[in-house]
Amino acid sequence: MEHVAAVPAWALLAYLVSGVLFILALRGLSSPETSRAGNRNGMIGMGIAVVTTLATHDIASLPEIAAAIILGGGIGFITARRIAMTAMPQLVAAFHSLVGLAAVLVAAAAFLNPQAFGIADASGAIFGASRVEMVLGIAIGAITFSGSVIAFAKLNGNMSGTPILLPARHIINLALLLAIAFFTFGFWHSQSAMDFWIVVGLSFLIGFLLIIPIGGADMPVVVSMLNSYSGWAAAAMGFTLQNTAMIITGALVGSSGAILSYIMCKAMNRSFISVIAGGFGAEAGPAGAAAAIDRPWKRGSAEDAAFLMQNAEKVIIVPGYGMAVAQAQHVLREMGDKLKHQGVDVRYAIHPVAGRMPGHMNVLLAEANVPYDEVFELEDINTDFGQADVAFVIGANDVTNPAAKTDKTSPIYGMPVLDVEKAKTVLFIKRSMGGVGYAGVDNELFYRDNTMMLLADAKKMVEEIVKNLD
Amino acid sequence: MDFISILSIFVLACFVGYYVVWSVTPALHTPLMAVTNAISSVIIVGALIAALAAGSGVAKWLGLVAVALASVNIFGGFAVTQRMLAMYKKKEKKG
Repeated sequence: MEHVAAVPAWALLAYLVSGVLFILALRGLSSPETSRAGNRNGMIGMGIAVVTTLATHDIASLPEIAAAIILGGGIGFITARRIAMTAMPQLVAAFHSLVGLAAVLVAAAAFLNPQAFGIADASGAIFGASRVEMVLGIAIGAITFSGSVIAFAKLNGNMSGTPILLPARHIINLALLLAIAFFTFGFWHSQSAMDFWIVVGLSFLIGFLLIIPIGGADMPVVVSMLNSYSGWAAAAMGFTLQNTAMIITGALVGSSGAILSYIMCKAMNRSFISVIAGGFGAEAGPAGAAAAIDRPWKRGSAEDAAFLMQNAEKVIIVPGYGMAVAQAQHVLREMGDKLKHQGVDVRYAIHPVAGRMPGHMNVLLAEANVPYDEVFELEDINTDFGQADVAFVIGANDVTNPAAKTDKTSPIYGMPVLDVEKAKTVLFIKRSMGGVGYAGVDNELFYRDNTMMLLADAKKMVEEIVKNLD
Repeated sequence: MDFISILSIFVLACFVGYYVVWSVTPALHTPLMAVTNAISSVIIVGALIAALAAGSGVAKWLGLVAVALASVNIFGGFAVTQRMLAMYKKKEKKG
């Protein structure tokens, strides 16, 4: 394939450099100290890729391109500045959808004007390998786009987080996949425009159908998966354009999303297939909720909670999605500070699937100025609950349920959970006793002798506790 | 470049990605997603090629729209990552 319009050697090297800078951008994230330099590497890499492309092509339309970059860049920059940290999952989903759509547009442009991309001979026939690559790129891009739009709507509350289950959905999806494969083959065979556009249409449809049956708390997996897809779409386009920067980046992003999906699935003890099949937590509800009414439990007040924590030596705080919903992270940090001033050892324990995307809780705590060396992951802190005087659970539920360790019939059996019940006292903030967690199961923790339920809005309750700490 | 060379780069990059991403601390998984988002917009290279070309009008417009979308992601993705990373602070040392 010597067909690609002669790209000068320096340009090939420049694309390679930008690929390496992207690797360094991810490498920097191994610790917060090196992460900022890593992010700068990423920006430099992107700058090099853009400048190299501009320098190696005849520029027929500079004003339009400058306008497009300024318009898009301005919107992106302002959004990034203004967005609330609690809205980060939906922002990321929105960004994924844009990558997907951009991939679709680029592949469509390559199909309409293959000579500009150097992937066709003089008669306009596109090379066989390029046909497959571009149709794969556009299909993955379209799935990323429509899937991310649904994920965005669910995360942003435009659409209910409860799974929407179509009858025979697995059969429909399978049929759609087969149809995509069939028309991909058709396009490879004959370069038929109709086959090309049918693949695009079907891919948009399947992206939509894949995400609607998936419930709100499975979103960390979905967001990671779409992250991975956006990478594979970029890689496929990199193959079409024979561009190393795009191929390296696509491979990095693709593996990154895949690894995050794997970590999230493992943290829920569920297979990737079962998450993608969807519907989790849709049916289980009533039985668990009914059982909740009769058993005795203890209710505590803000004064009780403040008293217990002031007299504790060690307090471990367990935040969950409810903390994000209530925007309680700032007042929580204030509570932590007051306790620390009174000599209490305060730490935070984070379950990998707490929140709506990987690392969601860590960002919120960082936003509230909680030092990151007070925040621990499940495996690093779980053994310490035995020595803790108080475990303070705010907005988390299923990830603290001891049934995951003992009850083989529970839908969450086998999921790694935080051993909060081993603390001398568990303080559990919850809106009311009626509701159950996402998994639709009752939490045995509520009825333990050492558990005190604090029934209120998370933010209001913590504010009350803070007042009582003076 | 022939297909095999490109495939080799791709496969090796997948392995690099695998090891690099496992070394990312879980506390930074959200910034990881934001920055991967930004870098996957390197697809702007393809968008620029389409937008720069003289020929087909439709392809050019598709390219221009793709340039704008990818720019949202590039500027937005890097800016939001930077904003997040700036928040991660260590405990202040008290004398």
